[in-house]
Amino acid sequence: MIDPDQLLGVASGLVEQAESNEQIEVACGHGVSTSVRVYGGEVESFTNAESHGVGIRVIRDGREGFASAGTLDSAVLAQTLADARDNATYAEPDPEAGIAEPDGVEAVEIDHWHDDVITMSPQDKIDIAVELERQVLAGDDRISGVRVSSYGDSASGFALASSAGIRASSRGTSASTSVQALADDGDRTQTGGAYDGARRPRDLDVGWVADRAVSRAVDLIGASKPTSRKVSLVLDPHLAATVVGLISGTLTGDRIIKKRSPFVDRVGETIATPALTVIDDPTDPESFGADSFDGEGLACRPNPLIVDGKLTGYLYDAYHGRRAGSGSTGSAVRGTRGLPGPGIQALSVAAGDGGSLDELIAGVDEGVLVFSLAGLHSGVNAVSGDFSVGVEGRRIVDGQLAEPIGECTVGSTLQRLLLDVTAVGSDRTHLPNGVSTPSLVVGDVMLSGAST
Amino acid sequence: MSTDTSSQASSDALIDDETIRRVLDAGLASGADFAELFVEDVSRSGVSLDDGRVENLSSSRDIGAGIRVISGETTGFAHTADLSPDRLVAAAQAAADAANSDGGGTVTVELEKVDSAPAPVEVDPSSIDKATKVGLVRRADEVARAHDDAITQVSARYADNRRRILVANSDGVLATDDQTRTNFAVTAVASGDSGLQTGYESVGLSVGFELFDRYDVDELATNAATRAMTKLDARPAPSGTHTVVIGPGSGGVLFHEACGHGLEADLVGKGASAFAGRVGEQVASPLVTLIDDGTMTGEWGNYAVDDEGQPASSNVLIKDGILVDYMWDGNRARKEGRRSSGNGRRQSYRHLPMVRMTNTYLAPGDQTPEEIIAGVDNGVYVAKLGGGQVNTASGDFVFGMTEAYLIEDGQITAPLREGQLIGNGPKVLQQIDAVGNDFEMGPPGTCGKDGQGVPVGDGVPTLRVTELTIGGTAA
Repeated sequence: MIDPDQLLGVASGLVEQAESNEQIEVACGHGVSTSVRVYGGEVESFTNAESHGVGIRVIRDGREGFASAGTLDSAVLAQTLADARDNATYAEPDPEAGIAEPDGVEAVEIDHWHDDVITMSPQDKIDIAVELERQVLAGDDRISGVRVSSYGDSASGFALASSAGIRASSRGTSASTSVQALADDGDRTQTGGAYDGARRPRDLDVGWVADRAVSRAVDLIGASKPTSRKVSLVLDPHLAATVVGLISGTLTGDRIIKKRSPFVDRVGETIATPALTVIDDPTDPESFGADSFDGEGLACRPNPLIVDGKLTGYLYDAYHGRRAGSGSTGSAVRGTRGLPGPGIQALSVAAGDGGSLDELIAGVDEGVLVFSLAGLHSGVNAVSGDFSVGVEGRRIVDGQLAEPIGECTVGSTLQRLLLDVTAVGSDRTHLPNGVSTPSLVVGDVMLSGAST
Repeated sequence: MSTDTSSQASSDALIDDETIRRVLDAGLASGADFAELFVEDVSRSGVSLDDGRVENLSSSRDIGAGIRVISGETTGFAHTADLSPDRLVAAAQAAADAANSDGGGTVTVELEKVDSAPAPVEVDPSSIDKATKVGLVRRADEVARAHDDAITQVSARYADNRRRILVANSDGVLATDDQTRTNFAVTAVASGDSGLQTGYESVGLSVGFELFDRYDVDELATNAATRAMTKLDARPAPSGTHTVVIGPGSGGVLFHEACGHGLEADLVGKGASAFAGRVGEQVASPLVTLIDDGTMTGEWGNYAVDDEGQPASSNVLIKDGILVDYMWDGNRARKEGRRSSGNGRRQSYRHLPMVRMTNTYLAPGDQTPEEIIAGVDNGVYVAKLGGGQVNTASGDFVFGMTEAYLIEDGQITAPLREGQLIGNGPKVLQQIDAVGNDFEMGPPGTCGKDGQGVPVGDGVPTLRVTELTIGGTAA
């Protein structure tokens, strides 16, 4: 039912309507998805969804226009092409505007399709969420409820064709399950969330998700506001992925060209501790972010960002690569509803020699083992680098886990966080959000809570 | 500027009554308790400028239907972008299968049109030439850059959208709405010895192009540039607990996060709210009267009917500190045997409705803003808040301060760098010790919940909280 060749046919058909003085790029998508929410052992909602999308980019005389629609109906496709052409007439001419030109880089074959997502019965999918909820409720006497237990999956196809001769298509499947556990200590309800994602349902680790949600909620019982002090943050791979992702997001070519990043003009400089090496590598088939082609149909390739603490480069799509003079790094990301732009695909932090999470904790005198960060969209300024986010977790005192803390923040800057990484774990993990990273310890962070 | 309402008034029905009946019948055919058809037609247009260049003109059209079937505790849902009668009936059958209903029989639904009038639009944005929209973002760029040589980057975005909906359900509800929203935003970057700083200004209303009769693009651009410049001299925010005065307008996000989400009946019903079981109790300082009002003409979070076909209403949530009621959607209301409060909303036809806020605001008090600030020896004045996030179960919430100053000896003094404020909703509500006699609605917001974003408004007068934790980096 998901047929990338058919999508490519639709995209090519539109591209063939390009006139001699215009460039056209068409992205087509088709997806089916299932979403189950369970509460109290019963299905709360079950959603079957199918969606189509098309996004058309037209460049004429250096002017770019874009239009999109949520259907592949032929009358709508014709109207969308007309809208994109009309939009282009009002844009400002830009000599660098244009679609990606093939650059000869060979694509790596990535196969992320599993029929199970399509063939598995609805009841078996429901059972995953029911079982997850059951395990959480049975996991500890102090668990007072589950806000929601859910299962979701999708199978999708994507095709991209352009008047530069690009023809690329792909398909993939994914499945995920998540839960939010509630623990009540009579005074206050604590929450513990956890999720897992995989390419197919059978690879989901329901037991691990339940254990993590239960322990996170229960371990926070009795959490209190700590006094303000300088601390080291211990980030397990999930939390490290969040922080490294935020920082790497400032290394995309649009932010660099437009001078909207604290790391503009700093290639070659030491911006991080020498123990840190970060590569965006969608060619690693083990990564959940792996892909053959980027959002403009160029082959994905490994792009080192930080090597032994030195900034080595940025991520570019075709347009920003042209402006930088370096060309695309195959880093265009997009859906069908918007224009492509440079972005992270499969971030990878190299493993260090710090050992396991427990060993990292043992090496910290005064710190916080972070369970969750809150307010990432309002507390992180990717231009100035200011970083201030809510935190929940356990205090670490003299290498031992101590009392739970909440209603507090940690503050620093993105620039400082990179330089203040004091240990890199050996526990590199491929996470379902596409990031692969070990645990990290970041020193000299301001924990803000009660005034001393 | 010309006035044109004809194109809205003459718009075609999204779907005919006969098809509605067939779809609802198919949803109920296997004995479900409830079936609903939601049809949506959204068109958007936008112009964005960045780096001195109009870089993107975009438009989009999305039409589709979502069909919900409820059987016992289970909701089945299916959606389709194909509005042909056969495809809609097939989607209704898929939703009924997903709801796992058994039994059978036919039910005849008598549809009764809900009496509601869409908000009037004076100037339909689709009647405005794209060149005029381009002119707005160009002007914002010029004005912000001319403000100071230190302004090194500007982006500006204009966007409008028109959303037509139809809701019909097996309770006999048939309702339509036609919602138009227009918004404009400017971001300026200032560069100085301390690095880069940003200033942001945005406006948005449930109106057409007449938005620009109310707001002057030059002033918006100047505000963004001024905010960025001010922060070049900012010092790191203090850390620890302080008395905080929050300025009028954008401070509404405090209530949105501190208690708004916690008063959504779906979260309350699952024990995931710190306000569960507390109706009739004093949950806030007696100075606090909080209202959620989907009927504030022109405001960003407005609509005539919600996405379940219920008329929007004005709901007092907290009166003089006492919790009066939660916000309700149809599903939660049915479980409790009461009426929906008109708060059932969804991001699009692809999503299930749930309890959402509309325009949430704190009623003004009687102190002047000057008195409120003068009463603080040592604290922080937050002129502009950014977004926030709440854990409704614990009540802990955060929100970002994007423009803030120290208060020293009752005077606003040095500007502060950005930081986050953190508090516990139930505690903070008790710690409000002054509410001003001024009032403003804040900038347009998008509220996210369970992966769905919907437009919301909020507003506050100047107010003072005796103790909030400031997530600064200075000791």
